[in-house]
Amino acid sequence: MEKVKKGVRLENISKIYQDPKTGKDFYAVHDVSLDIAPGSFVTLLGPSGCGKTTTLRMIAGFESPDAGEIYLGGEPINELTPNKRDTAMVFQSYALLPHYNVFDNVAYGLKLRHLPKEEIREKVMRILDLVELTGMEGRMTNQLSGGQQQRVALARALVVEPGVLLFDEPLSNLDAKLRVSMRAEIRRIQQEVGITAIYVTHDQSEAMALSDQIIIMNKGVVAQIGTPQEIYFHPVSEFVADFIGEANFLRGKVLALEGNTATLAIEGETAHVEATRPVSIGEEVTVVLRPESATLTEDRGLPCKVEVSCFMGSYQNYHVRVGETLVKLTEYNPKNKRIFAQGENCFVHFDANATHIL
Amino acid sequence: MTKRQGAALDRKKLFADPVMVTTVVVLIAFLTLFIIYPLAILLVDSFISPDGGGFTLSVFKRIFDMWTFRTAIGNTLKVGFVVGIGSALIGLLFAYVEVYVKVRGKFMGGLFKVVSMLPVVSPPFVLSLSIIMLFGKSGIITRYLLHIYDNSVYGFWGIVIVQTMTFFPVCYLMLRGLLKNIDPSLEEAARDMGASRWKVFTSVTLPLMLPGLGNAFLVSFIESIADFANPMIIGGSYDTLATTIYLQITGAYDKIGAAAMAVVLLSITFVMFLVQKYYLERKTAATLTGKASRARMLITDKSVRAPLTVLCSAIAIFVILMYICVPFGALFNTWGYDFHLTFKWFERVFTRYHGLQAFTDSFVLSLIAAPITSLLSMIISYLVVKKNFKTKGFIEFASMLAMAVPGTVLGVGYIRGFANGVFRTGFMQGLYGTGAILVIVFIVRSLPTGTRSGISALRQIDKSIEESAYDLGAGSGKVFTTVTLPLIKDSFFSGLVTSFVRSITAISAIILLVTPEFLLITVQINEFAEKGSYGLACAFATILIVITYGSVLLMNTLIKHFGTSKKIKEVTD
Repeated sequence: MEKVKKGVRLENISKIYQDPKTGKDFYAVHDVSLDIAPGSFVTLLGPSGCGKTTTLRMIAGFESPDAGEIYLGGEPINELTPNKRDTAMVFQSYALLPHYNVFDNVAYGLKLRHLPKEEIREKVMRILDLVELTGMEGRMTNQLSGGQQQRVALARALVVEPGVLLFDEPLSNLDAKLRVSMRAEIRRIQQEVGITAIYVTHDQSEAMALSDQIIIMNKGVVAQIGTPQEIYFHPVSEFVADFIGEANFLRGKVLALEGNTATLAIEGETAHVEATRPVSIGEEVTVVLRPESATLTEDRGLPCKVEVSCFMGSYQNYHVRVGETLVKLTEYNPKNKRIFAQGENCFVHFDANATHIL
Repeated sequence: MTKRQGAALDRKKLFADPVMVTTVVVLIAFLTLFIIYPLAILLVDSFISPDGGGFTLSVFKRIFDMWTFRTAIGNTLKVGFVVGIGSALIGLLFAYVEVYVKVRGKFMGGLFKVVSMLPVVSPPFVLSLSIIMLFGKSGIITRYLLHIYDNSVYGFWGIVIVQTMTFFPVCYLMLRGLLKNIDPSLEEAARDMGASRWKVFTSVTLPLMLPGLGNAFLVSFIESIADFANPMIIGGSYDTLATTIYLQITGAYDKIGAAAMAVVLLSITFVMFLVQKYYLERKTAATLTGKASRARMLITDKSVRAPLTVLCSAIAIFVILMYICVPFGALFNTWGYDFHLTFKWFERVFTRYHGLQAFTDSFVLSLIAAPITSLLSMIISYLVVKKNFKTKGFIEFASMLAMAVPGTVLGVGYIRGFANGVFRTGFMQGLYGTGAILVIVFIVRSLPTGTRSGISALRQIDKSIEESAYDLGAGSGKVFTTVTLPLIKDSFFSGLVTSFVRSITAISAIILLVTPEFLLITVQINEFAEKGSYGLACAFATILIVITYGSVLLMNTLIKHFGTSKKIKEVTD
């Protein structure tokens, strides 16, 4: 399918809202600059109220930025109304037109573009084939399951061949299993069509599974931009580390530096970690330790006491106390491993390159 | 921190949509000219002295010096107060019995349905006719059953009974909705902790309903003091503000005095309206937000059930009796003396009293007004609920304001505002005295009801459905016609019929504006009732009821066949 891929650029975008309770103005989005490459799949990820949906709605044109300019394929689009923008959105609630059947829903945008009937028919059928809804075109939308409705919403947005496809938490109304299979579907279709996609979600695993790039937002500002791996392994802040996956934060002081390895004093003990950024001797640092990056041992590492030991099936979940710090650990594949019980004294061990210094 | 850029962009986007801009401009012009301006001109009339042009209170001094006017104010408030309380209480009784008490089968269900339907399909002043025929000097009940020969139904109690019977069904419908929203587990919790049924009612149900009851009281209060035809027919020498204003124009030819009186009447209803809309409605919504979590255990206790059922049936039967007596009034040879059935009144209506013309005029004018009103109210609701622009507040306020304006006040405003053209410049002078101005009055009078139902229908529809159409390339006009309107078809159809019925049964504003060229049914009924020709009045009224009932039936059929199907509703809910 031939489509013009378009990039999206946001330059210092801000949006001010009024707090309905206090009546005070605040930045829903503050000085956000993004450059989204044509054909890429980018996710805006963040907790509720972080400004991700507002950013998306500004790109779609439903909201107008109070500062900055938005470019679509190099053209400034600030003054364009949503119906004049080369974007198409997939809504959280699907927003299918309930008085139309599947075919008419998908054909709606094409009819507005006054395409000949034959061409509409051909395009609609081809797109329905792509989203695997062939044979359903005569159904009313309420006769479809949630997943099928979501496919119709996707087909309706794709069929108008927009420069960029926008997703506003499209999977949040589906049950957990369906969500997983639908996100694989979305990724497949996006790859097949090769369209630029901007996806808003608060679900980090969804963001990981789908994106080329993840943009983490917090309180209206961009917290970090990067590939899923970069963000998971090299978070720039405690917020990012904590929001993506689970994280333990160990406070320590740099005692020695040897090549790329730093020796830290953590809770009165010493540990070796990789210096993922330049540090100097004597500096106080925070180390991110993912729960799956460490194991409990009987003899080496930081001494600790088990507070919670809980069997979860595919892994054993531990809460251990290292000095004052609570550390959460997950030991995968626990079947043939030594399991520590609550109250036992043992050690937390991790490799130097399993951690990340903030 | 400034929102200037965003606001400027929003404005630009708005102006990029020509359909939207035109609609907004036309709406503002219409509302300003036909709602705001006529009311403003009343203020000008009563506060600005005609010779010098300066501010004066002399007109008010003059009217307040009139004993008749001062009495009328007292009368109006007294009637409004009693009617407000009566309607709210009877409304509560009916609502409570329907929602809480297990009543016996079809008969009661039928009674409730009829009671809720009657005020919709009948001209509002029909009850005045029937109460005279039932309880008046030659009333069937007073004279023939009880042998009371000098019973007078005219005056305070006549008005109160008639208005209460007319307005309580509206309260009943309002309160029924609220009671259904009370979560039964609240009352069960109180019962569980040891409260008696009476205690539950007074300590849980009633406090929750209080804002709603206040709301019902104020709505009937406003309706009562705005009512013109009932006090006209049954008031006798007991004058209310509406009738006093009417007489001031038609009897004393004092238009300036009438304008000042209209300002007084308007101030009362306006304040009530503000309290009702901005305080009580909000409070009602705040206390009763949730939906009932599950079905309520209905009260089966005989000691509760029996008296409540009997009371409800008695009232319902009384109301139905009053309505039934209208067609019989048209069929009896001479009411009160000769009960032979005859068609002579119907014959006379058509042969001697231009019945056909009256029906054509009323019918055609209302038929023109109805679709305009309904479409207009759907457009206004769409703008109010789904769009964001600066003048939105004005549009909503102005279209709702008409609810607070008594017909009589509007009538006087139109006389003062349009008889010599806008601002007495001769501009649009041609409008006055035509059918067009009657149509406009019909529209303005029905607009609030239509808009209110449109707004609540639209609030049910997920905003993103329209956004998705907008996003796919449809402009505002296209979104409205291809998405919004199809989804609120039911509301559109019912608005169509409601405004038709309201128009064809309207009288208060119309009676001041109608010219001999047009014969309207309601004006005829009023005239014959005044003269005591009940046979003719009843014949006119009967045919009117048949027309309105017919159109309601038509509406239900329309909605059944062309309305939004049930399946779609499940999705949008």
